[in-house]
Amino acid sequence: MSPTLFAQVLDPAHRADPYPLYEALRRSPVSRQDDGTWVVSSHAAIARLLHDPRISSEDLPDPPLFRWTGHPIQDLLVRPIRSRIVARHRPFIFRDPPDHDLLRRHVMREFSPGRVRRMRRETEAITGALLDRLEGRAAFDLVEDVSYPLPVTVICDLLGVPREDEPRFQGWATQLATALEPNQRTDAANAARNEAAFTAISDYLRGLIRERRASPRDDMLSGLAAGRDGERMNDYDLVATAVLLLVAGHETTVNLITNGILTLLRFPEHAERLRREPEIAPRLIEELLRYEPPVHYRTRLALADIGLGDATIPEGAPVVLLLAAGNRDPARFRDPDRFDPDREDNRHLGFGGGLHYCVGAPLARIEAEVALTAIVRRLPRLRLLDDPPPYRPGASLRGPRRLRLAVEAPVGAAR
Amino acid sequence: MSVAAGSPPRRIVVVGASLCGLSAAQALREEGFSGEIVLVGDEPERPYDRPPLSKQVLRGRCGPDTTLPCRPDLDLRFRLGTAAAGLDPRARRVVLADGGTIAYDRVLIATGTRARPWPGDPGSGPLHTLRTRRDAERLGARLADRPRRVVVVGGGFIGCEAAASIRAMGLDVTQVVRETVPLVQALGDAVGAMVAEVARGAGVDLLTDRGIDGIEAAGGETAVVRLDEGRRIETGCVLVALGAVRNVEWLAGAGLAVSDAGVRVDAECRALTPDGRVVPDVFAAGDVAQWPSAVYGGARLAVEHWGNAVAQGRVAARNMAAAGGPLARHDHLPDFWSHLYGLTVKLVGVPDGADRFAVVQGTLRERRFVGIYGAGERTVAAVSVDSARWLPAYRAAIAEGAPFPPFTGALDQPGFAPHPLATA
Repeated sequence: MSPTLFAQVLDPAHRADPYPLYEALRRSPVSRQDDGTWVVSSHAAIARLLHDPRISSEDLPDPPLFRWTGHPIQDLLVRPIRSRIVARHRPFIFRDPPDHDLLRRHVMREFSPGRVRRMRRETEAITGALLDRLEGRAAFDLVEDVSYPLPVTVICDLLGVPREDEPRFQGWATQLATALEPNQRTDAANAARNEAAFTAISDYLRGLIRERRASPRDDMLSGLAAGRDGERMNDYDLVATAVLLLVAGHETTVNLITNGILTLLRFPEHAERLRREPEIAPRLIEELLRYEPPVHYRTRLALADIGLGDATIPEGAPVVLLLAAGNRDPARFRDPDRFDPDREDNRHLGFGGGLHYCVGAPLARIEAEVALTAIVRRLPRLRLLDDPPPYRPGASLRGPRRLRLAVEAPVGAAR
Repeated sequence: MSVAAGSPPRRIVVVGASLCGLSAAQALREEGFSGEIVLVGDEPERPYDRPPLSKQVLRGRCGPDTTLPCRPDLDLRFRLGTAAAGLDPRARRVVLADGGTIAYDRVLIATGTRARPWPGDPGSGPLHTLRTRRDAERLGARLADRPRRVVVVGGGFIGCEAAASIRAMGLDVTQVVRETVPLVQALGDAVGAMVAEVARGAGVDLLTDRGIDGIEAAGGETAVVRLDEGRRIETGCVLVALGAVRNVEWLAGAGLAVSDAGVRVDAECRALTPDGRVVPDVFAAGDVAQWPSAVYGGARLAVEHWGNAVAQGRVAARNMAAAGGPLARHDHLPDFWSHLYGLTVKLVGVPDGADRFAVVQGTLRERRFVGIYGAGERTVAAVSVDSARWLPAYRAAIAEGAPFPPFTGALDQPGFAPHPLATA
């Protein structure tokens, strides 16, 4: 018997083009996989579950790891207590209301219109500097030279993490992002690596939060640490939130930018159009979020039996909301496999939906708009050196690991 | 299945140039209707949006011009500033108040409602209502003079929204409500009590369970409101918010089934005679129409909701444009929203006839919750306060005729503890 469709989605062999598998999954859009996971792949069913209060984001706690270190106080006291605290103060993407709402509200307040406007100017400056460094190069890797450093620098500036410390948590962020991949999460060795990474990044951030509390600056970490209107999150939630923002800043927008250039080079007429009409950038980004979203699925838990059409997802079942499949659902989008920035009523699921709708969406939009527009303008003649490119292992946070491009015309100096 | 009459219409007259009428006109063009569309309206303005009038406009956050966007290529003919005075279905014509007539092939009755005035209100002086743009302008001008105290009469949505908006302007407000709590008819006693608490917390002098014996003009813009318990409130501005009256008087003698509850239509939006036969080529939609709701077992509904005005106008338009072929049905589940004291209140379904209420997510105390209304074994409506993102799940359940409660096991859910519901 062949592996179930979703097992094939998880298989790296299908990373470059999972869309035929999604099409096959949509034939029974709410379907049980062999391991008891339910995969939801039609736009209508996903949209419905995103707003269903019987769907929890507090997925089952990972099995406790018990590694005997030989130190009784550590093994019997410190570690169990710490694990319990960490489990209770998970980042708000893994929390339900009412806690989720309180934590999210703190972050939303920090995304003030003024700060978002400033981030646009900073994003333009950072992009310009990154592209300046490409001058004279005949070929480069978009991921290493632009897609990765851009959002990382932006999130560091936004949070108030010194840019020079960034190399220290690159590895931590990549490690922690594996928490979104179901097959990685059940792997005990990977869970241990996650715990170690979380401990390291938390220690780093705790130190920084202490500094920001002592001498606040105009950054999000200072704002979150100080709280507003007499409300302040506790330090465990604060660290978890900061880790979440850092990881999300490292691991998602990179895919949006890389997928964007990959798509524009596959359909050069749209690159040409963006060059001529930069005002279409917002629409083009929305279509990109539909066509090649940076996050392909999210996992939830059914709190009760949920009837959806002919299927009933049983209480306690893990539920995979296959956002990227909903985005290609012909019942919702006409000609869904066509990249069409002029698409009307483009209600894609690229940022999810409902109460967990991506909190960083405004920032991601700005970064992608600025980056794609600047790249097509300053590098009008790029050529893909590998198509398809090699992909990173994640099936949820899906994107190229490398995107090697040949420069067929010099980089202009002007921004 | 109902089927449209054979010949395509050439001129469609829409009586009522408001949200419903404009939505219908736009839908007619989307359906490919290329004939003449005439919109008749008693107000001089192009169709405008009303919900902001009691909120953003009153607070001065935006000007009183809330004209609805209207694409020029719709090619509409407007007859504004002239009320319709009669309908003659046999001769197929609308009679106007200025004596003119307009012949039609099909007509849409979308005359909506008007504010119920205080008995003997001359429409000037210290008494105000809030329904039209002119009402909003006159009230806004009065409030700009910062009268010493504003009295709001009535505990419905307009009264509550206006009291909240006026209080937010820093003016002293007394709201006089005949019922035990505000909004009790619309949302029941539990939610009403929460709104009362919020209103008082915002500094509104909310008087409940109180009638008014009379309002005396005291010269110029001042008046004295006499309460039934004898108390007299001197005020520089009285807003009378006692609900709406359906604009159906002009249909007297037309042979339609018309009452205070509106113009009776079938699910296809066609007007009916008192004995239930379809009146050829006469349709009705929006606040003025009373339709049989499939969701509620054919019960006749008439609602004053923005969403219904759009949805029903569009269904009526489809059926008016149709020449042969099956007709569309209006199977809308009513919903509306309101903004009060910084809270967003949304309701789906119709709680009329409900006898039970339960908070199913969040808590009343935190003023962030979803509540459901039960009639017998069925969930008939759900209300949310600052939790609207869950409503789609409840909406789907209500439309499918779900039990009470529709489901259990939801997150952020207190123990299920239904209460008897009082709506008076």
